[in-house]
Amino acid sequence: MKGKIYVYLKKKVLDPQGKAVENALKTLGFEEVKNVRVGKFFEIEADSSFEGSAEERMNEYCKKLLVNGVIEDFKVEVVEE
Amino acid sequence: MRATVIEFLGSNCDHDMIHFVKDVFKFETEVVWFTESDLKNPDIVLLPGGFSYGDYLRPGAMAARTPAMESVREFAKKGGIILGVCNGFQILCESGLLPGALLRNKTISFICDYVYLKAENRETPFTSNVDKILKIPIAHGDGNYFCDDETLKKLEGEGRIAFRYVSPDGKVEEKWNFNGAINSIAGIVSENKRVLGMMPHPERACEKILGSEDGKLIMESILSFLERING
Repeated sequence: MKGKIYVYLKKKVLDPQGKAVENALKTLGFEEVKNVRVGKFFEIEADSSFEGSAEERMNEYCKKLLVNGVIEDFKVEVVEE
Repeated sequence: MRATVIEFLGSNCDHDMIHFVKDVFKFETEVVWFTESDLKNPDIVLLPGGFSYGDYLRPGAMAARTPAMESVREFAKKGGIILGVCNGFQILCESGLLPGALLRNKTISFICDYVYLKAENRETPFTSNVDKILKIPIAHGDGNYFCDDETLKKLEGEGRIAFRYVSPDGKVEEKWNFNGAINSIAGIVSENKRVLGMMPHPERACEKILGSEDGKLIMESILSFLERING
């Protein structure tokens, strides 16, 4: 199994890191930049020895460890079952 | 009095905490490594500050899922007294023992400074003796407490805000809320009020030579509480 997982800060959560990156881009002359949010991206390879679908399994990875549901949302993408 | 300090890979305030309970308060002190499950029968469990697992993934995320923390959860279920400081607070939130999360400071910078704390509810095991504004140091990059509106309402309504960042004369003002925490929250307690997580370091304010002894009031509160319930 191969998959990708994207983790984002929830909309209501302030992202000072994103703000700093946004300001740095503007300082470099990219004045069109309006908003930057910094998230996380995981590439995962695993044996397909588990029960159920790859998507369900990756959702479990997120809920058990990769994502803190208080502040983050996520999206799972299966590349290979 | 028996205290257990849990050490994780990357804890770096563990010895400050051990000094606090062992040398200053003369507790029988055990140090438990995060891979162990036996907490050695404590009256109080202490989660020290630092950078467990180098803050990888999220501060406290990996430490919250270790065998020692499984036992700490069991200890909490039985009504045990737990104090988590700084990274210890982050671990308590990540482990579900306390609600909410600790975000990056609003300034993005690591802040190492004295703060002033007001005990909002004196009816907790950690605050009964806190009869003044405390001067206690902070040292963190991720101490900006956050929770959703519903949780915040619950925390405020149930008297679960243990400490708030205030001015030296006790006023809640944004300029004294260094890390940007919601409602200036510096520390919260669990539903049964027996688990406290706080960003400031009471163990670094326990002797005159350190610049403040105010942190002792928190441990003295715990002692009076335990004496009360144990008769």
